[in-house]
Amino acid sequence: MQQEVVLALLAKEPSHGYQLRARLRQALGPVGEAMNAGQVYVVLTRLEKAGLVTTERPERPNPAKTAKDPADRKTYVLTPQGQQRVAEWLTEVSWPKPDLAEFHLKLVAAAAAGLADPLGIVDTQRRELLRRLREAQRAAMAEPDGSDAALLLEGIVLRLQADLRWLEACERSWTTRRSTS
Amino acid sequence: MTTAEPRLALATRGLTKTYGDGESLVRAVDAVDLEVARGETVAVMGPSGCGKSTLLHLVGGLDRPSSGEIDLAGRRIDRLGERALARLRRTDVGFVFQAFHLMDELTVVENVELPALLAGHSPRRARARAMALLDRVGVEHKAGSLPTALSGGQRQRVAVARALSNEPVLVLADEPTGNLDSAATLDVLRLFEELHESGQTLVIVTHDERIAATADRLITMRDGAFVDETRLTGGTSGRLGALAGFES
Repeated sequence: MQQEVVLALLAKEPSHGYQLRARLRQALGPVGEAMNAGQVYVVLTRLEKAGLVTTERPERPNPAKTAKDPADRKTYVLTPQGQQRVAEWLTEVSWPKPDLAEFHLKLVAAAAAGLADPLGIVDTQRRELLRRLREAQRAAMAEPDGSDAALLLEGIVLRLQADLRWLEACERSWTTRRSTS
Repeated sequence: MTTAEPRLALATRGLTKTYGDGESLVRAVDAVDLEVARGETVAVMGPSGCGKSTLLHLVGGLDRPSSGEIDLAGRRIDRLGERALARLRRTDVGFVFQAFHLMDELTVVENVELPALLAGHSPRRARARAMALLDRVGVEHKAGSLPTALSGGQRQRVAVARALSNEPVLVLADEPTGNLDSAATLDVLRLFEELHESGQTLVIVTHDERIAATADRLITMRDGAFVDETRLTGGTSGRLGALAGFES
């Protein structure tokens, strides 16, 4: 998980680790299910070392009220450098990179060496993408209207659809090449 | 006591539809063998002109095959006369189309009750059934509206309610999400899922990978024939995080 994500979640108000975790769960829904409970704390520790976050402890801990995990007793606060990093991160342009070249070259190499049928490779890939699409679509269908996670799932679904359309183009192209060679 | 319900809602053997002859002969549907179990949702995908819509028209009795057999719930329908075929289309099959095909001069509830009235049910019974169906698809509050006052997703819900009017053996859908945006598509997919859970048999031809991915079985069609079949059932892999680029 990117440090900036946790940093930005902390920008709302000083928070305990478990509160940050709850906000992540809320925003990610089923996408965040595989998230390890300790991950947020690992990131927070790194952020603290980097001087982007400081911690405050309650002056007189009340054993009845405090959480079991000692890390949960701390309140995390953004430092001025942390604030600045969040502001920078929000204006940065970044976008996940799709890696199409490797798959494309796999088809080209398989056909050139006569190692495998490119159409067979396309088929296998298509089934895998359809399985992933099924999973994302089912998760999207289970979300209530207007949930944050539903919007994220829609993004996953649309990207998978785009990949599937490209596979269709691959199939058409390799079918034509096979029949004309 | 009649015999047990047949296991298959639909079966075709060697189903073929050709147009033209000689040099210009086109095999729109070419010797298709298809079996659809009761309660199954089957999606048929393929490029434009692959014959998937023609296939749907043949099994729904909207068009006649050149050769081959069609069994609907254990009954041969490929040799039915015109009148019997018209009755079959009204009572045994429900259609859902891309462009909804609702009658714009009739209200929503009048559209939905029409098939029941045509099948000879009393107006009172047809209306009650239509209202129950509109309730089921979540647009009962629009019963008195004209279809043009509804969103695309709502219109498709009404079309689905109409398709269910006579409790058909089979619901056939032709590009049901073709005219819908992303949110309305999700809505229709949820509705199909509900139908599936209630045991309705569905055959959907579509370009939309989202429908294909939610079906029990996906058939790929090319040049009038089935070229691939994939069963997509299975549990979750828990990889949604990775799919979102959210590495855990």
